Amino acid sequence: MVYEALTLQLGYNATLVAIGATLLGISAGVTGTFLFLRKRALVSDAVSHATLPGVCLAFLLMAALGGDGRDLIGLLLGSALSAGIGLWCLNWLTRNTRLAEDAAIGAVLSVFFGFGVVLLTVIQTLGIGKQAGLEGFLLGSTAGMLWEDAVIIAGGGMATLMLILLLRRPMILVAFDAEYAAAQGISVSRVDMMMMGLVMAVTVVGLKIVGLILIVALLIIPAVTARFWTERSEYVVLLAGLSGGLAAYLGAALSATAPNLPTGPIIVLMSFALFALSLFFAPNRGVLAAVMRHIRFQRRVHLRQGLLALAQSQPIYEKLTLRLLRRAGFVRPDGVATEAGRARAAKALRDEKRWEIVRADQTHEAAAALYDGLREIETVMTKDQIAEIDRRIGAPSEVLA
Amino acid sequence: MSGEEFVPLSLTPILIGTFAAIACALPGNFLLLRRQALIGDAISHVVLPGIVVAFLLTGAISAWPMMLGAAGASVVAVILIEAIRRLGRIEPGAAMGVVFTTMFAGGVLLLEQTDTSNVHLDVEHALYGNLESLIWLDAVGWSSLLDAQALAHLPVELPRIAATLVCVAMFIGVFWRALKISTFDEGFARTMGIRVNALGMALVIVAAIAAVAAFDAVGSIIVIAMFICPPAAARMMTNRLEAQVAWSIVFATISAVVGYVLAGYGPLWLGAFDAVSAAGMIATVSGIILALAAKFGPCRSRTGAPMTA
Repeated sequence: MVYEALTLQLGYNATLVAIGATLLGISAGVTGTFLFLRKRALVSDAVSHATLPGVCLAFLLMAALGGDGRDLIGLLLGSALSAGIGLWCLNWLTRNTRLAEDAAIGAVLSVFFGFGVVLLTVIQTLGIGKQAGLEGFLLGSTAGMLWEDAVIIAGGGMATLMLILLLRRPMILVAFDAEYAAAQGISVSRVDMMMMGLVMAVTVVGLKIVGLILIVALLIIPAVTARFWTERSEYVVLLAGLSGGLAAYLGAALSATAPNLPTGPIIVLMSFALFALSLFFAPNRGVLAAVMRHIRFQRRVHLRQGLLALAQSQPIYEKLTLRLLRRAGFVRPDGVATEAGRARAAKALRDEKRWEIVRADQTHEAAAALYDGLREIETVMTKDQIAEIDRRIGAPSEVLA
Repeated sequence: MSGEEFVPLSLTPILIGTFAAIACALPGNFLLLRRQALIGDAISHVVLPGIVVAFLLTGAISAWPMMLGAAGASVVAVILIEAIRRLGRIEPGAAMGVVFTTMFAGGVLLLEQTDTSNVHLDVEHALYGNLESLIWLDAVGWSSLLDAQALAHLPVELPRIAATLVCVAMFIGVFWRALKISTFDEGFARTMGIRVNALGMALVIVAAIAAVAAFDAVGSIIVIAMFICPPAAARMMTNRLEAQVAWSIVFATISAVVGYVLAGYGPLWLGAFDAVSAAGMIATVSGIILALAAKFGPCRSRTGAPMTA
């Protein structure tokens, strides 16, 4: 069953929904990256909640005009309009009042959503709400989706993706370094507006699949996930699109296998699984990598201190140091230094002395700044320089009586 | 509107709504000034899985396990947000977004997977609450307020939210000076020996308690709206914290009362028959108040502050 779902053999509609969701996931991941790099991730939460009154008003309007209130295009147009108004309110509040952006986000989100709920109850009391299924927009519902709706969603996902491809250059530039972009003659405010337009497009297309409460996850989680793997903004964008698309595809396919698996939450949980994997296993920025780095560092410090202690024939009590020295073959199990151990200890001591000279010498200021007690002196000084230092240290000399 | 009708049907919902609004608005003032306004949003999303898990464990809809579940979920969320922020070096907004959406999605999934057909537990209820149903059937009029027997049958949400309000107010009152100093000048607060981090955590926990108690009675929309809108509107009215808190209480009360009345009686005045969602209307009214304050409030602009904020 799961295999059939993943290979898109569960019927025409399920396939179309999965494709639409994948396209949506890619667009959301890419768009979300721009938001995330601009540190405005939660703006999308306000935008998505602000769609609700538009959906309801569009439904009421279409029903009043005698049409079918469920026409998806009409509902989506309404949602885009009210999301736009919400966004405008948000920008107005942050620009013209003393409110910070987070407060403005919360205000727009709660007020628009509250008003939307009022309208929802109005629709319910009019007795036309039952068949409208507008609640489906809250959490998404792909079960029993009409063929036309699936086409609209797949088409919308495709169109959004195209738009992103067209706009990617200035947006990457602004997301990466807004000041530099401005100096290059790019209008940052216009790019920000385009970015918000894309967020709106993603939200509107995603309403039917993921629902307005959870669409924000599709915009934030893939971007955060991708950030773990690379430091280059182009790759972040690509990886975010990839992980968003993958999560959406897996989620949509899995949710088609059983009746009680709502699409939106499954997609979100899939994307969180990818995030959790990245958090732990990503190279460099991941938790596992950080722990390994810490352990490696700890070992180097212990080994170094152990060798210095050996060189000066001080006793070593620290168990970890002893174990590391033993494992490297520098000491015997009874704690006495081996031949190799004595050689390395002597080198460690001499390096320490060399560093002392380097650090005392003004002309080696830059190299001295790199001293941290662990760095091999060969990595910062040339052979000739080291030879010069050794000459200054001098050779062992006879002790005169 | 006579007492026989008003007291049993409207008095308790209005009081519960008002208490919930004030209980959220009080800590909201500080959260707003500390740029943590969206904590309320996050908490109100994460209580859903907490409530569902509590229901799964106890198998019944009862208040205390659910409150505990919700509180537990908020604590888990706060810890997760902090952990992700530190471990992954991610900006707090994004970390918050990751955590609350995932937990909410988990809650929805759990809810769909369990059989809740014989109990009243669904996502809509969690979002809108059920303010209208908190009526006081034993009341017959204003005289019932002095009638011990009728008072014994008050909806249990009323004493609970009243107690929460008292706790929140006491916390704010006791730690007023420390809160004020640490909100405006954290470094100075630290030099005075105030434990800034512990205090910040305590504030978030108090906010979570207020949110969970209010959520139980009125749903999450009011919680989010009341954490932000009244304090934000109050911020436009004054530069002094004392006055701001006072204004926010006034605004929260107006929102709750006017919102409830508009939702309950507004449609009747317009010739319709049924009431609309009170929770939604309260949020809407608070939004209108905020809009008015943002347009005409005496301290609405950022005077003396850098415009880049």
